[in-house]
Order: sequence, then structure tokens, then C-alpha cells
Amino acid sequence: MAQVLREVEESPAAQAVERVSVGVLASIGRRVSDSFEYMGGLTILTWETLKTIFRLRIRFAETLNQCYLLGYQSLIIVLLTSLFTGMVFSLESALTAVQYGFGSFVGGIVSYTVVRELGPMLSAVVVAGRCCAAIAAELGSMEVTEQIEALKSLGLAPVRFLVVPRLLALMIMLPLLTIFADVIGVKGGQWIAYVQAHIGTQDFMASARQTVGFEDVVKGLFKSLIFGIVIAMIGAYQGLTTTGGAAGVGKSATNAVVTCIIVIFILNFVMSYFLYAGA
Amino acid sequence: MAQPIARLEDVCVSFGERVVLQNCSLEVPEGSIICIIGLSGAGKSTILRLLDGLLLPNTGHVYLREHDICHMRESQLIEMRTKIGFAFQFAALFDSMTVGENVSLPLREHTTLSEKEIHEIAMHTLDSVGLAHTYHNMPSELSGGMLKRAGFARAVVTNPEMVLFDEPTTGVDPIVTHLLTDTIKRLRKQLNSTAVVISHDLQSIYMMADYVAMLFEGAIIAYGTVDEVRKSTNPIVQQFLQGSEVGPIPL
Repeated sequence: MAQVLREVEESPAAQAVERVSVGVLASIGRRVSDSFEYMGGLTILTWETLKTIFRLRIRFAETLNQCYLLGYQSLIIVLLTSLFTGMVFSLESALTAVQYGFGSFVGGIVSYTVVRELGPMLSAVVVAGRCCAAIAAELGSMEVTEQIEALKSLGLAPVRFLVVPRLLALMIMLPLLTIFADVIGVKGGQWIAYVQAHIGTQDFMASARQTVGFEDVVKGLFKSLIFGIVIAMIGAYQGLTTTGGAAGVGKSATNAVVTCIIVIFILNFVMSYFLYAGA
Repeated sequence: MAQPIARLEDVCVSFGERVVLQNCSLEVPEGSIICIIGLSGAGKSTILRLLDGLLLPNTGHVYLREHDICHMRESQLIEMRTKIGFAFQFAALFDSMTVGENVSLPLREHTTLSEKEIHEIAMHTLDSVGLAHTYHNMPSELSGGMLKRAGFARAVVTNPEMVLFDEPTTGVDPIVTHLLTDTIKRLRKQLNSTAVVISHDLQSIYMMADYVAMLFEGAIIAYGTVDEVRKSTNPIVQQFLQGSEVGPIPL
């Protein structure tokens, strides 16, 4: 029996299975270890950045510049996305609502969804696609061309010099963009509700005012603030850890956007749970 | 030999499983130009990064004067780096700033000088490397040799005690090589500082170096004046200096 078992163990098939199993386990282990390393690095960078902000070591001119580059230049794309999302949401809901006699609720439904979820989420996803990649690519190319090392060699901290202005800019600008997204989304929905289902502007807005409170707006903006932090920090971390030349910069930009969007969706659920459902 | 301004003591550095420096010791005499030579990938640039505190050794010590860099906090390292200039191989100018802004940056961040004074010093420093006319240019508008000189200007604008030059003559024509070598000698003299130069260009090394150190397999195998190193009986040093394919250096 022992002889048979040994023969089975030593057979090429058994050894191949063992190699594959070890390979799979090693791969899983590596991924888990990489994930922890990523989260650890990101946490340390965020902590360093927040510490620098609390010490008021802020470059105001550069922060304003980043507000323009990351925030103002994202305005059109955020407005367009939000407008058409509000319109399509209204298109889908208004006719059905009128058909079942709930036409007076359409304004509430559209604005409730836009202010609580779609405004903050869509703004964040659009800004993540545009800015997270830009931050990762910019800092990544600085890393591979030794500009980050040059900063350190000049006695300047890359966190203060590069990360803080981008973080502050997104913390300020993403909530502002979300306000615009909320307004344009609701207005788009209101227009389509009028055109398609003949729901009057005043009825729409009355329903919206009745359904959406100031607290909902604030909670939506709080989400945006958190998303702003996520976008800036993931972009910065990916950029600062770039290796491997031009190809590495491209990889960092892609990874930054993918990771950022996934984290935004997960965090959106978590925050919605605690801010709305959990409460 | 003058007192050392910086020194490495039994330094070991490895990246993953690749050992770069192994029990490497080196003294940088104050007020001199020391050139470090060695094969590509031997760890020469690693030595510069150790001297600037951009990299910490796995074991061993790096001293700047009597201070051990390995035990410094980040804030102390930042303070220390303001006394050291670093001219990078590809200049590493910030491409979102003009040449003038690049050179002014250390002054703007580390001094309380007025904008007028900063402009004057930056312009004067750029003038000393023959680039005053490029003050308002972007780095992308400069040639390779001009970029390197602009990098020199940024490295020396704060009058550092020691300037580190990483392959200053690589990738430029012989005339620019001569110009850069001359600039390094002149800057060292003007600033009364110390220079550590990584180079493969033996002619420029013979022109400017007070001391030469050869790095091989993670350790300094030859150290002395130019003449001493040129007369070294070490076959590795001789093969390197002669650029011969035949000898003990594995190709």
C-alpha cells in the first residue's frame, strides 16, 4: 500500500498537480501581500498629507492652480454627464409615474436620487477618470525622470510640494462640482418631465422641495468630500510608486483610475448605508 | 589629505537579492573634487544617493561631517540636504517650471530673500554656467548640455558645502564635455565647496579630479590621486583605465 502511495506521489501527474497548487497558492499569497502593502502605503501617505495640512504647510498658489486644473477644467464634463443622467432618469420614471397616477412625485424621485446618489457618484467617477489618471501620470513621470528625487535633494518634501495642493484642490472642488451636478441634473430631469409627461415646473419643484431636505444635500456633499480625498490620494500614491519608465507611467495611470472607481463604488455603498439606511 | 566632509563606513546596500554595495568605505576630503569610476551598474549613483540621504544603507554608516545620516529624522535629513547640491544625470529639472523658476526654487523655499534678490542670485548663478539668456525658457526648450548646466545651477544656487554630480558628461559631445568639466572645476573653486563626481569619461576625470576612487563588485578597490590610481598595479583598475576587453573584469 505504501509502495503504491509513493508511486502515485512521485508520478508526473501528481507532481504537476502539486506544482499548480503551489503556484496558485503563491499567487494568491502574493496578491494578498501586495494588497496589504498597497493599503499600508496609501494609509501612510494619507496620514503624512493630513499632518502637513494640519501644520498649515500649504502652498496656496499651487493649490489654486490645482483647483483650476482639477476642478474648473472638469466642470463641463461633469455638467454634461449629470444633465443627461438626470434627463434619462426622468425619461424612464416620468411616463410610468404619470401612467400610474404618481406624476406629482416625479420631481421628488428625480431630485432625491440625484442629490443623494447620482450627483456625488457621477461627479466623482468623472473626476476620477479625468484627474486620478492625470495625477498618477504627472507624478509618475516625475518619479521616473528623477524629479521627485530632485525635490527631496533640494530639501523639499514631495508630500507638501505635490500631494497637499492636489488633495486640497479636490477636497474643495469636488463638492462644488457636485452642487453644480445636482442642480443641472435636477433641471434636466425637470425639463424632460415637462416635455415628455407634461409635469409642470412648479409641481416638479414642489415635489422636489418636499422630498429633499437640506440634510440630504449636506450628506451628498460629505460623500463628495470623501471621494475627493480618495481620488487625490490614490492618484498620488500610484504616481509616487511608479517604476519602469514610460510603460510604468501608463500602468500607474490605468491602475489609479480602476482602483479609484472601484473604491468610490464600494465607499458609496458604505456611506449610503451609514448615512441613510443605517440611520 | 584634507579632513573628510563625508564618509561611508562599511556600507552594504542591496535591492532585493541584488547586492550593490558590500562593506564599502569611502572618505570625501573637504575642498576637493573626488571622482568615482566603475562599471555601469556598479553602484556609483547609489553612493551619491547615500551621501545625500536619499537612500539609507542596509548596514553601515554614512557620515556628513560628524553626523550619522542613518540616524537622522526626516526633518533633519531635509535640513541636511539644503547643504548638499545634487546635479542629476538628466538634470531632472521640473518641467512645469521655467529654467529661472527651477534655479530660484531652493532660494524661494529655504531663504527669506526678497523676490528681487532671488531673481538676481538665480540670474547670476545661471550666468556662471553661461545660461543667463535661458531664464524664461522651459526645460524642454534646452539642449542636453544646456539642461545639464541648468541642473548644475540649481544644485549650487544655495552655495552648498558639497555638490554631487551624477554622470555630468554622459551623452554630450566632446566640446560640451570639456565645457561641463571646466564648469565643475570653476564652480567648486568659486563656492569653495567639495565635489563628488560620477563619470566614465577618463579625460575629464584626469582634468578635474583631485582624487579618484574605483568601485568594483560593491567595494572601493582603488583610491588615491589621479596619478596614484593611473599607476595602480591592480589589473582590474588597469583594464578599466585602458578600456580593454582582455583582463579580469568579467564582460
